[in-house]
Amino acid sequence: MSKFDSVIGLEVHVQLATASKMFCRCPNIFGKEPNSLVCPVCMGLPGILPVLNKKALDLGTRVALALNCAIQEKIIFERKHYFYPDLPKNFQISQYARPLGEEGKLDIKGETIRIKRVHLEEDAGKLIHTRDYSLVDLNRAGVPLLEIVSYPDISSASQAYDYLKELKLIVQYVGASSCDMEKGFLRCDANISLKEEGSPTLGVKVELKNMNSFRQVESALEYEIRRQEKILLSNKKVFQETRLWDEEKKITTVMRTKEEAHDYRYFPEPDLLPITIKEKDVETQKKSIPEMPARRRQRFSQQYYLGEKEIEIILSNMFLAEFFEASHKIYPNTKKVVNWIIGPLLEVLNSKGIETEKIQLTPDNFARLIKLASEGKVTNIVAKDILSQIIDKDADPERIVQEKGLSCVSNQEELTGLVKDAIESNPRAADDFRTGKEQALMFLVGQVMRKTRGKASPNTLKSLFIKILKEKP
Amino acid sequence: MSLHKLSGWQISEKLKKKEIGLGEVVSFFQERVQRLNPKIKAVISLFDEPLGPEKDSDSKLWGVPVLIKDNICIKNKEITCASKILKGFISPYNATVIERLRKAGLVILGTANMDEFAFGSSCENSCYGPTLNPWNESCVPGGSSGGCAAAVAAGLVPCALGSDTGGSIRQPASFCGAVGFKPTYGRVSRFGLVAFGSSLDQIGPISRDIVDSAYLLNIVSGKDSRDSTSASIAVPDFSKSFDGSLKGLKVGLPKEYFVSGLDGQVKKTVELAISVLKSKGIEFSEISLPHTEYAVPTYYILASSEASSNLSRFEGIRYGKRIHQNNLIELYKRTRQEGFGQEAKRRIMLGTFSLSSGYYEAYYLKALKVRWLIKKDFDQAFKAYDAIITPTSPTAAFKIGEKADNPLSMYLSDIYTISCNLSGVPSVSIPCGFTQEGLPVGLQLISKHFNEEMLIRLAHAYQESTDWHKQFPVNYE
Repeated sequence: MSKFDSVIGLEVHVQLATASKMFCRCPNIFGKEPNSLVCPVCMGLPGILPVLNKKALDLGTRVALALNCAIQEKIIFERKHYFYPDLPKNFQISQYARPLGEEGKLDIKGETIRIKRVHLEEDAGKLIHTRDYSLVDLNRAGVPLLEIVSYPDISSASQAYDYLKELKLIVQYVGASSCDMEKGFLRCDANISLKEEGSPTLGVKVELKNMNSFRQVESALEYEIRRQEKILLSNKKVFQETRLWDEEKKITTVMRTKEEAHDYRYFPEPDLLPITIKEKDVETQKKSIPEMPARRRQRFSQQYYLGEKEIEIILSNMFLAEFFEASHKIYPNTKKVVNWIIGPLLEVLNSKGIETEKIQLTPDNFARLIKLASEGKVTNIVAKDILSQIIDKDADPERIVQEKGLSCVSNQEELTGLVKDAIESNPRAADDFRTGKEQALMFLVGQVMRKTRGKASPNTLKSLFIKILKEKP
Repeated sequence: MSLHKLSGWQISEKLKKKEIGLGEVVSFFQERVQRLNPKIKAVISLFDEPLGPEKDSDSKLWGVPVLIKDNICIKNKEITCASKILKGFISPYNATVIERLRKAGLVILGTANMDEFAFGSSCENSCYGPTLNPWNESCVPGGSSGGCAAAVAAGLVPCALGSDTGGSIRQPASFCGAVGFKPTYGRVSRFGLVAFGSSLDQIGPISRDIVDSAYLLNIVSGKDSRDSTSASIAVPDFSKSFDGSLKGLKVGLPKEYFVSGLDGQVKKTVELAISVLKSKGIEFSEISLPHTEYAVPTYYILASSEASSNLSRFEGIRYGKRIHQNNLIELYKRTRQEGFGQEAKRRIMLGTFSLSSGYYEAYYLKALKVRWLIKKDFDQAFKAYDAIITPTSPTAAFKIGEKADNPLSMYLSDIYTISCNLSGVPSVSIPCGFTQEGLPVGLQLISKHFNEEMLIRLAHAYQESTDWHKQFPVNYE
């Protein structure tokens, strides 16, 4: 057992899903040709002035509220100065003394992680390095960011991971960002220090950067805990510094020391007047917050008796959670609906490469499809095939069954005929089964399935085969 | 033809009555710039093709040639702020004021010299060299809008647009015998004005009479959605203030402005002007603006802090001059070392220092508090008085080089103008006489926020009974 406590705080940046940038009207879109989404304002040309995008303020307010923050009555923007080629003005418009939200909290598996502050700022551009030169792409410059800073209440790498997952879920639920980490819509830095177990005295803090997934945050923290432990156990000192996670080597390396730390020279942005956040606007944002994942988790467990894993899968996407409930209302067979969502629905989305939010199928038709399958009117195979057809265009499954004649073959005579045909054409398989080879049965069932294009129920076929094969030695 | 002795509005009237053609007007002033500018070096760039009106408008200044201080962006034209660091930079967009001038149909002839990034009170801090005062070419025209003021005084154009952060319109207007108007902060959009002190900067007109300034002000004023600090306050028709009576108006004379440091001749001239106004029924009283003595240090902390931040963007990465180096930090250092002049460097360092951790509270924050006190002084005074009158500058134009090595004495040249920027109130400098050496003296009128009308009313009435604004420097007749 370690004789140290880990003290971890996380700083998360989320790109807000606004239509335009934070201080100009350039579109906020990812992945366009470099420098195609720029104007004098986001390029930081001489003479330009910022004008705040109200939508960014609204989304930021919504997230802050969802994180139980107190919304400041009056906020100001400030300039944070540092020279870097991806920062057009060589200062970033950010918030310092009066952030949008303060003193929030997030419950992670029964433990409370306090949120210190939530503030708005503009994103920087991107540098593209080649061997001989570097290029600047300013498409991202001026995109609205929300910075969410936790208190150092996190005590382990795995708790940090859970915190990030929950935070992401909340931000997604309120519609503030897709939080796609691969696109850099969500970024996370961590700071960590170790202290003697139970001691009130904090240790020296190290900042960690360059983690590109939640798993990397977890690994970097695990590594850093071991590294600092080792230093402290050998009675040496941990240095206050910023370190970079190296995902390939799975280690952290020094980026800059305390002496090299920036003096950002914050001061109030004179081009933006202090903003009074109206009570009315806060109320509007409050009302737009849907039921949060934590509440839903509780409710889904109590109302539907779902297991932890099922809940996590269904809640991982708010659209899915609502799709589940709406479908369940039409066809209140919890087990069937859950299994159809976790199974065929997600499989179909995955294989067709469709995002969950792009499902066109109504819960109504989805529920009817499940009902058709559950009542044996179509086979599961046929139902899944129908699902794949209608998921991105919606249609009445019953009509498809009728029009295409996909009903289950349930005529006993017809089935018996098909089974007998299969036995006759596959005498070896029939013999194999008789001599105890169970696999042969599946082969025979498969033959009939193929012939009926999935319209026969495999279970019915199985018992029929067994009956006939045992009857006629 | 002596078009150069006419006001802009008079030229525009002639154009509308077809007494004269637009082409004639333009080439008349172009010719004057070509012939006379080498003597005073007020103009940086005379456009081959001036930006003329696209259509008719009923603007009182339609067809009037203007010069633009070189820190206001004009689309597809080079803008340098008289700094080496910006040389070669072509603005891809128009400042809001330029759009408004174009819409009103004024003719933009070119750009005017200034102190680098508007840092200075003499127009000597320009990478193009100093502008000279047409009243005495061994004297400075004042600054930073010295090019605009000298050009207007010499009749190279009837009017110009300058910018005023601490007196940069009014002090050169005073030195050159012109009218220089700094509107209320928020009255005119700053979009497209290269920022010096963002919380202090205002664009405003320089002209030979108050009428042109009032018309120009009407053209450029008003809310702009691209400038969050521009005010959503209705802009009155300023020409309605041309014939207001002055009877019963109460004007304060701040005792802190009439003290040692004020040149005797300037004092006498200003007192004479006051007596003219007194004869029109104004009641004058001595008042106190108790925090006046802190204005200069407060200003230099705040303005430099903002400037150090605003000038960070000039580093050679995206535009302007770049001294190429293989190391990024070296590139920044060398580019800025060679690109900025002495005064720019001084202010960047001053401002960087004031904002640095450990000093912020003692300097920047303290200065902000003092600024608030200075503003309160004015608010208090305007509860009882309709206007305040002071000299514009403690001296008339000084000799070129006289203060170049003494930044502190240079800074004091703006001692009477700076407080207006700190408090945001509007003020105008109007010509009110000459020293024995024949140098113009300016009278500064100050009113409460968004009451430019009061200033125009006072200035117009004063102008009606004097002819200082009609004087012309001998060599430029």
